Amino acid sequence: MPVQQGSVAIWRKRTNAAQWTLWAGWFALAILFVYSWQVMTQDTIWAFVLDAPEQAADLGGRMFPPRWSYMDRLWWPLWDTLNIATLGTMLGILFAVPVAFAAARNTTPSLYFVRPVALFIIVSSRSINSLIWALLLVAIIGPGILAGIVAIGLRSIGFVAKLLYEAIEEIDQGQVEAVSATGASRAQIIDYAIVPQVLPAFFGISVFRWDINIRESTILGLVGAGGIGLQLQASLNTLAWPQVTLIFVVILATVVVSEWVSAKVREAIS
Amino acid sequence: MASDAVRVWRRPPILIRDWRWRWGIYAVAVIYLVMAVSSVEVNWARVYEGLERGWRFLQGFLVPDFTSRWNDIRSGLVESLTMTVTSTIVGVLISIPIGIGAARNLAPLPVYLICRSVIAISRSLQEIIVAILFVAMFGFGPFAGFLTLTFATVGFMAKLLAEDIEDIDEGQAEAVRATGASWWQVVNYAVQPQVMPRLIGLSLYRLDINFRESSVIGIVGAGGIGATLNTSIDRYEYDSAGAILLIIIVIVMLAEYSSGFVRKWVQ
Repeated sequence: MPVQQGSVAIWRKRTNAAQWTLWAGWFALAILFVYSWQVMTQDTIWAFVLDAPEQAADLGGRMFPPRWSYMDRLWWPLWDTLNIATLGTMLGILFAVPVAFAAARNTTPSLYFVRPVALFIIVSSRSINSLIWALLLVAIIGPGILAGIVAIGLRSIGFVAKLLYEAIEEIDQGQVEAVSATGASRAQIIDYAIVPQVLPAFFGISVFRWDINIRESTILGLVGAGGIGLQLQASLNTLAWPQVTLIFVVILATVVVSEWVSAKVREAIS
Repeated sequence: MASDAVRVWRRPPILIRDWRWRWGIYAVAVIYLVMAVSSVEVNWARVYEGLERGWRFLQGFLVPDFTSRWNDIRSGLVESLTMTVTSTIVGVLISIPIGIGAARNLAPLPVYLICRSVIAISRSLQEIIVAILFVAMFGFGPFAGFLTLTFATVGFMAKLLAEDIEDIDEGQAEAVRATGASWWQVVNYAVQPQVMPRLIGLSLYRLDINFRESSVIGIVGAGGIGATLNTSIDRYEYDSAGAILLIIIVIVMLAEYSSGFVRKWVQ
């Protein structure tokens, strides 16, 4: 849009061609949106959508007040949830550290073979949500906390390894040179020049991931992988909405507390 | 300390300097770990039995079967993709006014507080929980998924956009304001050009996240490829499940590479 004085344009942001390309781009986006919308909603039953306010009011009526007495049976699942997140994070870190060193350009043993493999591990772990990992693992090793721990661990590998290898690539190369000038071996270079530099980042990433894992482990029970989600699934199946509300409140409180803890710890580290 | 003794360099302890704190924290960690590990009940017989299935799944992953369930996979994929596109666009459009309202340097305090609380609500509820509620209200299918992803996108985008607007170079805003520009003109000529590259980058990042999430919310009935995946795992058709997982991985990889490329081009 030009800035005008009377009817004379005195300044404009873009040339005509740029303006037209821009409009064409937005137009294409709009067409894509309309097309996607039509494909998406072709099977939608609009009667169900239109009576949503009534359904919401009905649901609200059923959900309140929460059944506070159910809390007694939530402490143990809550402890399980905490364990799934913590042990899962540790499991993930255990595998993520070697993967990160294999993926970082400056520490990888081989740029053309090991690095792509490490990157592939990172991408596959990152692109599959922990709930899907849990779904698979429950089918494979049976329902229970172990499936949840392994699911969280598998999901954490990619996240921790990605952030860690980026941190490793950004280190100060001078220190590496200084240590290698003393005649240090490869392992000693990693131990004395690289590890001290990435350690704060490493702890920060781990705590950050732990916080996300608490959030994710609260719902893993939906597919049978233990924790408070099992109670959620049971309550949903029996349409016990007052219990569902209480579980939502507990999950929300857990998430807020873990976020606070992680923020405090990260503040203390950096 | 004897001055003539050979001095040996000791590596300083990591992070926690005070030994009391250090050992205290280590002790608490060990106690917690023992308690946690001992409370994990594992049915090892079941795990052992499952290893054979795990092997079959691995085979399914290495030799995926795209053809026999192709119709289900395709319709799930189309639902996921359309859901992703529409929810990202709508979510970004809604998040722009909220993001502007949540930037302290553009919005008055009451508006700021309202927008910040909208963001807080949207961010603290997980997608799955929102999906459960929306499925209960709107019925099964991708429409509930679309609403869920839109809801999540609004919180994510508005928060990052607001932070971005608060971090802009005030000099430019002041310069535009000094020409006598109205509030809208300040937003259009001083703020928008500064945040646009990042806004586009974040939208692409969110597109990527929404696709990943769309593969999950199908588990609670909100449509998309997650529903297909859930069914195939329930039927123990690991080769189809492997095919679906591979498709998800490939699409996420493509999205990540192309969004990185577009972000470089925009900036």
